[in-house]
Amino acid sequence: MKLECKHVWEHISEYIDGAVDAKLREEIERHLEHCEICSAILDSTRNILVLTADDRTFELPVGYSERLHARLAKELEEADKEPRKK
Amino acid sequence: METKATTEAGLIARILAGEKELFHELIRPYERMVYLTLLAIMKNEAEAEDAAQEAVISSYRHLGSFRGDAKFSTWLTTIAINEGRKRLRKAKASAEDSIEEEVEGQEGDYTPAPLTDWREVPLEALERKELREALRTAVAELPDLYRHVFILRDLEELNIEETAQAMGISVSVVKVRLHRARIMLQKRLVPYLKTTAPARRGFFGRAL
Ligand SMILES: [Zn+2]
Repeated sequence: MKLECKHVWEHISEYIDGAVDAKLREEIERHLEHCEICSAILDSTRNILVLTADDRTFELPVGYSERLHARLAKELEEADKEPRKK
Repeated sequence: METKATTEAGLIARILAGEKELFHELIRPYERMVYLTLLAIMKNEAEAEDAAQEAVISSYRHLGSFRGDAKFSTWLTTIAINEGRKRLRKAKASAEDSIEEEVEGQEGDYTPAPLTDWREVPLEALERKELREALRTAVAELPDLYRHVFILRDLEELNIEETAQAMGISVSVVKVRLHRARIMLQKRLVPYLKTTAPARRGFFGRAL
């Protein structure tokens, strides 16, 4: 059976996650060999995911960590005065 | 050599036994994750930070109820999600309802956008600031349900099962939302990639 592009798109997310079964994986890969469009869609989607996971894309507010630990230190100090909640 | 999990379990045991200063160390690897989870929910940096602090404090207070059968990161993410939801509920009484009632089956076009010469796009294109900016905006504009799943899975890199566990939804729902989120982003970002395929080439005629 020849896989249509639309069929490949439906499984693109699972394919990226390596969650398609062996038979479907093989069919998709055979399709990708000759289909530029699906290859480009797959590559662009993958690259977007790489960019998403890149620390520079979603940055933490400046001083976030310092403020968090300062607040935590205060909490730990106060916890001394009263017993810990269950 | 100790694995991350045993080190973590050891840390937790010591904290519970009274060495509470170690909580700083326990939480450090997950600070970013807690913030991003709350940013996904609150959509506002200042609120996300405030909620992140609250979630971390809450995780400290409830550390005694952490069961070793879940990963600490998943447990912590669940606390962060709950903190975010609690705040949304408070901020807007109706917000929770609209979030929960949004359903999967809604109409929508989840077809990716074709582009021809992605392979020709130099890697430096990915370094472009405006692409990052566009991605941040596109993620912020995803429907809430899709954004939450996307952030946990693709930004914080939890696996599908962990994402499902943290959000209290099924694995198959995670997969559907994740797929839609990824396709929506692909579609939104294609214009920022170097060139898109001109429609006249009739891909669809050939493809179908
Ligand atoms: Zn194709």
